[in-house]
Amino acid sequence: MSSPFTLGLFYTVIRPEEKWILAAAEARGIPVERLADDQVTFPLVRNGFKSDLVLNRSVSHTRSLYALRFFEHYGVPTVNRFDVVSLCGDKVLTSLRLQEAGVPTPKTVVALTPEAALKALDEVGYPAVLKPPIGSWGRLMAKVDDREEAEQIIEHKSALGSPMHSVFYVQEYVEKPDRDLRVFVVGDAIVAAMYRRSSDWRTNAHLGGTAEALSPDAELTELALRAAEAVGGGVLAVDLMEAPEGLVVHEVNHTPEFKALTGATGIDVAAKIVDYVAEVATR
Amino acid sequence: MTQCPQCDAVLQKNEMIEGEIFSCPECGTELEVATAEPFSVALAPHEEEDWGE
Repeated sequence: MSSPFTLGLFYTVIRPEEKWILAAAEARGIPVERLADDQVTFPLVRNGFKSDLVLNRSVSHTRSLYALRFFEHYGVPTVNRFDVVSLCGDKVLTSLRLQEAGVPTPKTVVALTPEAALKALDEVGYPAVLKPPIGSWGRLMAKVDDREEAEQIIEHKSALGSPMHSVFYVQEYVEKPDRDLRVFVVGDAIVAAMYRRSSDWRTNAHLGGTAEALSPDAELTELALRAAEAVGGGVLAVDLMEAPEGLVVHEVNHTPEFKALTGATGIDVAAKIVDYVAEVATR
Repeated sequence: MTQCPQCDAVLQKNEMIEGEIFSCPECGTELEVATAEPFSVALAPHEEEDWGE
């Protein structure tokens, strides 16, 4: 079988997800150009680069952003698009977009200095969650129970020095069951969904959360698709929580992992991604 | 066949491909396949601040 296009895989490391993507491409006769994010160079003018479409699987937000902007500049479509990644990679921008699109999301206040962060926490009320605007896997997130704790955490964050630690994303602590929901959207369809359970308040699989398959009902389907569309669409994982007043979307992940999801649901998510990428490439 | 750079354990390539990450079965260190042919490994890259999904 001959393929009408060459798929560029932009990646940091080959995890099971990337291995499955490579296997799905091979099974469909799609040639793959491997683009390791620590090796590729980007001249201003396209040069010696075969891919007709690039699938971004880099785990680095910064590398993803610049690379996707270059691919776009070279006239190469990407999954996801630069504007989607730049939006989803920043919790502040994501919250703004979700709010603009009328997607329910937890109460959030942003502050730009340590002094204002204390005010933001007062506005949100304790307990609250303090998150870095960029980064994930639950790192450097803090549940703040009272003002004394807030002062200590803010002092520590300020001492980290990076400008991003001087932006304070303060979110209400949602009283939810010991689980959250992850809905994997590819294009305009949900391909799989799961509950993530944890005794920790963060349910990231990286932190030992466990996965359980979930069949999305009409409300969840509608909300997840609306959230994905709001940020620009593509291959996205929409994370939701069951708040007392109903479902809220707290994150949309632009380069989602899906090992746990594949294990929990038995669905070949990698194949769905490759089929979608082939569809985008031949549009 | 190659050796773990951390503990010198003997490692087999099996079905692994270039760039793949895996844990050394002896010491648990996270490793990356540097080259598939010939098989060589290196310590896996350290997680950076902006890494995530």
